[in-house]
Amino acid sequence: MAELIDIAKQVAGWANDGEQVEAFVVHERETEVRAYEGDVESLTSAESQGIGVRVVANGRQGYAYAGTLEPAALQETLQEARDNATFAEADEFNGLTTPDGVAPAELDLFDSSLASFSTDEKVALAIELERLARAADRRISGIESAEYVDTIYESAVATSTGVATTTRETGCYLSAYALAASGDETQTGFGFSIGRGPGELDPAKAAADAAVRATRLLGATKPATSRLTVVLDPWVTAQMLEIIGHTLTGDAVQRGRSLFADRMGEQVAVADIVLVDDATDPDAFTASMVDGEGLATRRTPLIENGVLRAFLHNSYTGRRGDTASTGSAVRGGFKSGPGVDAQALVLRPGPKSQAELIAGIDYGLLVQGVAGLHSGVNPVSGDFSTGAEGLLIRNGELAEPVREITIASTIQRLLLDIQAIGSDHEWLPMSAAGVSLVVDDVTMSGT
Amino acid sequence: MLDHELINRTLSAALRTGGEFAEVFVEDKRSSSAVLDDGRVEELTSGRDRGAGIRVVVGETTGFAHTADLSESGLASAATAAAAAARGGGGSVREVSVSPSGGAPRSTVRIPPEDVAKATKVELLTLANAAARAENNAITQVSARYGDSCRRILVANSDGLLAEDDQVRTLFSVSCVATGDTGLQTGRESTGRTIGFELFDEADVEEMARRAAGRAITKLAARPAPSGAMPVVVGPGGGGVLFHEACGHGLEADLVAKSASVFAGRVGEQVATPLVTLIDDGTMAGEWGHFSIDDEGRPAAHNVLIQDGVLTDYMWDHLRARKEGRLSSGNGRRQSYQHLPMVRMTNTYISNGEQEPADIVSDTQSGVYVAQLGGGQVNTATGDFVFGMTEAYLIENGEITEPIREGNLIGNGPEVLTRIDALGNDFAMGSPGTCGKDGQGVPVGDGTPTLRVTSLTVGGTAA
Repeated sequence: MAELIDIAKQVAGWANDGEQVEAFVVHERETEVRAYEGDVESLTSAESQGIGVRVVANGRQGYAYAGTLEPAALQETLQEARDNATFAEADEFNGLTTPDGVAPAELDLFDSSLASFSTDEKVALAIELERLARAADRRISGIESAEYVDTIYESAVATSTGVATTTRETGCYLSAYALAASGDETQTGFGFSIGRGPGELDPAKAAADAAVRATRLLGATKPATSRLTVVLDPWVTAQMLEIIGHTLTGDAVQRGRSLFADRMGEQVAVADIVLVDDATDPDAFTASMVDGEGLATRRTPLIENGVLRAFLHNSYTGRRGDTASTGSAVRGGFKSGPGVDAQALVLRPGPKSQAELIAGIDYGLLVQGVAGLHSGVNPVSGDFSTGAEGLLIRNGELAEPVREITIASTIQRLLLDIQAIGSDHEWLPMSAAGVSLVVDDVTMSGT
Repeated sequence: MLDHELINRTLSAALRTGGEFAEVFVEDKRSSSAVLDDGRVEELTSGRDRGAGIRVVVGETTGFAHTADLSESGLASAATAAAAAARGGGGSVREVSVSPSGGAPRSTVRIPPEDVAKATKVELLTLANAAARAENNAITQVSARYGDSCRRILVANSDGLLAEDDQVRTLFSVSCVATGDTGLQTGRESTGRTIGFELFDEADVEEMARRAAGRAITKLAARPAPSGAMPVVVGPGGGGVLFHEACGHGLEADLVAKSASVFAGRVGEQVATPLVTLIDDGTMAGEWGHFSIDDEGRPAAHNVLIQDGVLTDYMWDHLRARKEGRLSSGNGRRQSYQHLPMVRMTNTYISNGEQEPADIVSDTQSGVYVAQLGGGQVNTATGDFVFGMTEAYLIENGEITEPIREGNLIGNGPEVLTRIDALGNDFAMGSPGTCGKDGQGVPVGDGTPTLRVTSLTVGGTAA
């Protein structure tokens, strides 16, 4: 097979006069092993590829894609994108990016040991994970899923405006969902381990986390409604950060969909908050040398000492906002053009561990998991309400488990009600790092 | 889509390592969409995905591989990969001969979307934009999206099955932002059906835009939602999401088999009040979750899951049904040829009750009326589920009064089913949805008449 960058350059090179063409080409190999009751439940080996073509002509933009890299499909896809462009309305800010001279950070995101990790070894790891999770606690009644997944991902972006970049990354993870039972009651918990290569995976940790999270919820009841201090587990904080990151994009701001649109330079969070988007951090699971348009990723402080300092931009929103791209063009695969979003959000950690934070709380709630963020958070209005489960905190210690509750506030208030940030910074398989977060005055709805 | 002899050879190759069952799933999907935002038609996108997924089952193990290369060699190498993943140790040669079941796919689509000019599709967007903005000056942003897909599938397996289907879907949505003293609010309206462009004979996009605008405007005056447990009345259509989460997922046989469902082992029991009859029905022509055959080649079916409150059956795919020695219920679905099928819902609904909806509200002293629901999520092992309310009001002294802000509601499936104490006679299907499970999204429909749950926890911030 031809190199991806050669295919991308070839398509970009077909641009007509007065027309800009961008080609994004992807090739991915994935293996997924699911173990169940000591055996392989399913083993998927997949290889997929595709191309997405963006055409800008006379200020009009069109897009087309194909799930193949066959030569005939390349021409066809370009033609289709060209045709699509003629039906869009012109926008003076439309246009592809040009190289901006920023050199990409040198990141080693490719672990070659993954390529030689055999299928048998992958199967053994998944089965081992399942066995460890089952054996972790006598109250573990079953494993809903235990899986090993890896990907070897390569992509290339080339434009008729001079961009030509490639990425090459590996990633793998283990994840387990454990069921814990006591009498008629069942509780669930998950655990995972991520890495660039199989050597970084820790099945014992994934299994133990899943077992602890499931068993410690046994006996959970539904508490009375109250207002209290909550400690968000790192996993929960990271999910909230992703939502907040989206409100800080040029796209949301320029289209009147961000609650922070008019707040630049203002105090939007308590003074210890430093929120940075930094895909150049090699430890981030979502680290990347270049963004979805082929520009170097970079470190962008969004909130410093509680003051809103920057929005994230791709080339379109940068141009429209009379500023520059922050290297924040993000693609959700080859089937759509680049949007703009945070890539690796990180909140500056504080000095205390989660246990130390809990020790300082008389009455509160440790939120272990949330459900329904997609239906309960409106990033435009800022209203946020989510299903939750966790453990009450009494006199500085974890107390009885609770379930079937919601926690609610607004994004605006949440940032101003942060009382402390934990030291337990951890990169997760999402575009944000987790850290324990103590937030005052959150409504917990129960009975 | 593929020559029968080539299918036979591919299936035989897939069985070479001792597989007990092999299947070839071929898909050719063309999609197009157009988006208007910020006052402009921003972008049209079109694309094509074509390929085959091959699975081999040996004992409890499934091997799966997929390829975008539909040539003899491409299929052979995918078959070999799937067979290697499911090594049975056997090694016998098994000839397979498929024969078509039923006829060629009968398309009932009147206006294939691919025959409609792009300019005509784009015009719908501009109509919706103008109508929403004309509704009220407080509307400060409008986005609208048109989408269609034509999905042709072929399923063949080592039992000799060969079936094909054409699935055409058309979708339109409009979202508005209203700006007021209280900040920003949003309103959304969508329609989607498993039909062609004739969707717009019945769907008036300008009327949809006005409704979406109205929702956003109404919410500018919304007060914080209450918090705590209280009676909740859900309007017609919307309540389907509630059942999708409260018990639909828990009735999927793959989760039941792993004891990851609170409904495991409860067939024959009274699980809901006698008002509740829950049906999953892939045969509902035109509905968003409709198809002729599922992604394992089984005909769509009308499956009664709960009859008058009694749990009658679960939903089944090929694999789970085979283990139980029964037939699949036509619920084996997958997102694309790159995914393994599993048990999924189609159109899930509660059949009509007898009460006047107005009486249900007037009979409720205080609580919340949910006019439009957002998405939801469930933990099938515990039964706890949430769903969002995107348009809701207080009920005070038997009357719908002030609008309240957005939030989630939370409940426990088995408990909520026993707390449904009123069911209206105003059945309606809800908005088109995409159901996510194990990372795969499939189109689903749902519907209910007006109904009341005596106690659900509303996740607001007000006392």
